[in-house]
Amino acid sequence: MPTSEDYKGQVPAWCPGCGNFQILSTIKQALVELGIEPWEVLLVSGIGQSGKLPHYMKCHTFNGLHGRTLPVATAAKLANHPLHVIAVAGDGDCYGEGGNHFLHAIRKNPNITLFVHDNQIYGLTKGQASPTTARGTHTKIQPYGVPSEPLNPLAMAISLDCSFVARGFAGNQEHLKELMKAAITHKGFSLLDILQPCVTFNKVNTFKWYRDRVYKLEEEYDPYNRVKAFERSLEWGDKIPNGIFYKNDKETLEEMVPTIRKEPLVRQKFSIEAVKHEIEKFY
Amino acid sequence: MFLDYTLRIGGEAGQGLQTIGGALAKIFSRTGYHVFTHQDYMSMVRGGHNFYQIRFSDQKVSAYRDMVDILLALDLNTIEIHKKSVRDDGFVLYDSETIKKKFEGPEFIDVPFKKIALDVGKSSIMANTVATGAVLGLFDLGLERLKEILKSAFKKKGAEIIEKNIACAKAGYDYVLSNCPRCEAVEIREPEEKKLMLIDGIQAIGMGALMSGCKFYSAYPMTPSTGILNYLASKAEEFGLVVEQAEDEISAINMAIGASFAGVRAMTGSSGGGFALMVEGLSLAGITETPIVIAEIQRPGPATGLPTRTEQADLLFILYAGHGEFPKVVFEPGTPEQAFYLTNRAFELAEKYQIPVFIQSDQYLGDTEWTFENFDVEHLIYNDYRLREKDLEGVEEYKRYKYSDTGISLLAVPGESGKHLVVADSDEHDEEGHIIEDAETRIKMVRKRLLKKMPLIKKEIEAPLLYGDPSPEIVLVGHGSTYGVMKEVVDILSKDRKIAMMHFSQIYPLSERDRFDYIELLEKAKLAISIENNAMGQFAKLIRAETGFEFTHQILKYDGRPFTIENLKEEVDAYL
Repeated sequence: MPTSEDYKGQVPAWCPGCGNFQILSTIKQALVELGIEPWEVLLVSGIGQSGKLPHYMKCHTFNGLHGRTLPVATAAKLANHPLHVIAVAGDGDCYGEGGNHFLHAIRKNPNITLFVHDNQIYGLTKGQASPTTARGTHTKIQPYGVPSEPLNPLAMAISLDCSFVARGFAGNQEHLKELMKAAITHKGFSLLDILQPCVTFNKVNTFKWYRDRVYKLEEEYDPYNRVKAFERSLEWGDKIPNGIFYKNDKETLEEMVPTIRKEPLVRQKFSIEAVKHEIEKFY
Repeated sequence: MFLDYTLRIGGEAGQGLQTIGGALAKIFSRTGYHVFTHQDYMSMVRGGHNFYQIRFSDQKVSAYRDMVDILLALDLNTIEIHKKSVRDDGFVLYDSETIKKKFEGPEFIDVPFKKIALDVGKSSIMANTVATGAVLGLFDLGLERLKEILKSAFKKKGAEIIEKNIACAKAGYDYVLSNCPRCEAVEIREPEEKKLMLIDGIQAIGMGALMSGCKFYSAYPMTPSTGILNYLASKAEEFGLVVEQAEDEISAINMAIGASFAGVRAMTGSSGGGFALMVEGLSLAGITETPIVIAEIQRPGPATGLPTRTEQADLLFILYAGHGEFPKVVFEPGTPEQAFYLTNRAFELAEKYQIPVFIQSDQYLGDTEWTFENFDVEHLIYNDYRLREKDLEGVEEYKRYKYSDTGISLLAVPGESGKHLVVADSDEHDEEGHIIEDAETRIKMVRKRLLKKMPLIKKEIEAPLLYGDPSPEIVLVGHGSTYGVMKEVVDILSKDRKIAMMHFSQIYPLSERDRFDYIELLEKAKLAISIENNAMGQFAKLIRAETGFEFTHQILKYDGRPFTIENLKEEVDAYL
């Protein structure tokens, strides 16, 4: 069985007190508790503070371009589906730069997990508005307030009939760990949006701000009711629900591709003998 | 004189030009004629004016001519546009009732396509079958091969439809035989019975990928590259490929990189506009040293340009694409046969050196069909450079970017390599693949990834092909799809001149000059003309930048159309 030590990577270069620390340690715990070994996991990340997370762990890693985690993760899953493929991204990374991929990855439904470090701000580039920054927030380049409505990732995902939609809070690690485990073990595309304070650039959405607002969805809440899930996903402000909002156990992308139903693509040996007769089709 | 006929079929989009042309081209190639087909189409699904041209001969043919022997007009527009291109002893096949106009003159053969279809087949849909039969009747080539094609085309529609189509074809055939006294003068020799294969550039790239062990192809549809997506998708289930239609080209290239990283041979393809979106991903393949093959099938730009037409104007764009410095290889085939082998070579070099390799082509080569006796699969290379379980026995600590003399590090398959971990990073990284910023590691990585690999890659590149006089006074120099037309012009002019063609199909890096000093040959020639399908002479600029040789004469064509034998010869003649 793996231990947390097996997943130990480099020393993180995040600001002291950053919500990323909790996310990092919670991912490790979730993987350890699920009994998944480091060589069975592929972490795909983009660019931003979240993008550095795989370097602070130990597992297969593809740290690619800003916003492009999902195409890489989707294709890696298609090519090598025995791997647990987890994409980690930021709110700017996934909902801004990679917004189009977010929509279409949900539609394709590969059996991958997406953790979005959602701190409602750009950290790496020092404090600009992100797609989830509240309207009216003052920043260096939006001194009169952000003019755009914030994007609601959960409502968006539910409207696209995403297979698994959840929200957690970095400050509530026990709950976050359970959500991570549920997301990783769910068969289908799983979105876990993680509320996370940026202690340096977001002076509004602090640990205290979140703690005062987040609450868990009720025990009896039915995540298979899409309309209800959509309604609950719209709750934001004084009260912010956390938990699994929506689930739809449907066929995954890999299951829809006949080529890889029997054997992973990566294990299918190529032989010229098998294909060479294709030339005859041109006579 | 050898037999050399050109047939042009014109009409609107949606009238079935490709079906008629495709059937006739197949009949000629199955009869043993050498065939060259060319398509000229507008960017619309219905209407406009398109044509499909077939040249067939008992000698090898590799280009298209302006002048035609037979014009099959499915609409009035075709006659108005192309009448001037019909030779004096040529023919125009048309149906005066359909186009509502009667033409006088010995070349016009009025065949009631539609009436025959209604009388014989009880459906006007079969008018195209009548027309196809009529063309064969003109040459009195027999109907056996057309029957084979009709049987397979309408297999799903049942015996009755097949019989009706055969009857329509025969009626069209007989009509021309008995109503065209001038047709008796048409000379036709059946070649020796030997079926030839008929294949276009796009299919050759697709088949080349399939036979090189490509397992993953992701793309967003874009003319004229979509044919690769179609070909590979049609083979996916049978041969174990995953073909993914991406949401955009950015995703397409990132998917190919993701699949390749995860352990399979991967490829993507597009035209210039789509490739423009892939450029950041190209750079990602560069720094992560992920093998990928990219097909860039050019069309005229800028921006949307002329979507269905041809140009060689992305050469320098492809060459310089990608921010930062990393090695890449660019191939630009001149024939479908070269496209097939170079696609295989592209996979070999991509996998061996862990780099992006381009198959650059254009609409013209992509859509032209050529005949060949065979492609020899024995010449294909397949070396699996990816390491799994037992390949890594004895490797204590695996490092994805371990420094080496060649710059090449072991490429392990994640999850299939025991407990070894594979870490790739778009940031500058250390040997393990983790993010760094120190100058010393940076220098070592640039040396490993770029400076050590580049000279080795250069040694893999083959010299340009010299065709014609071995010590020529006149050299026509070109790259990619101009191969066929340059070759035919050299054939014509070589009767009384010391002339040769120098053709580059492996355009970057340029080959070393130790085995064949092609620059010395150009310097010795009295006249070296660079011939390109673009306005700026991009390849001539590349030659100058890389070798210092400057072309004093250039022939450039940038009207969106390929060179024809007549217009290239005329331009070359002007320099002689």
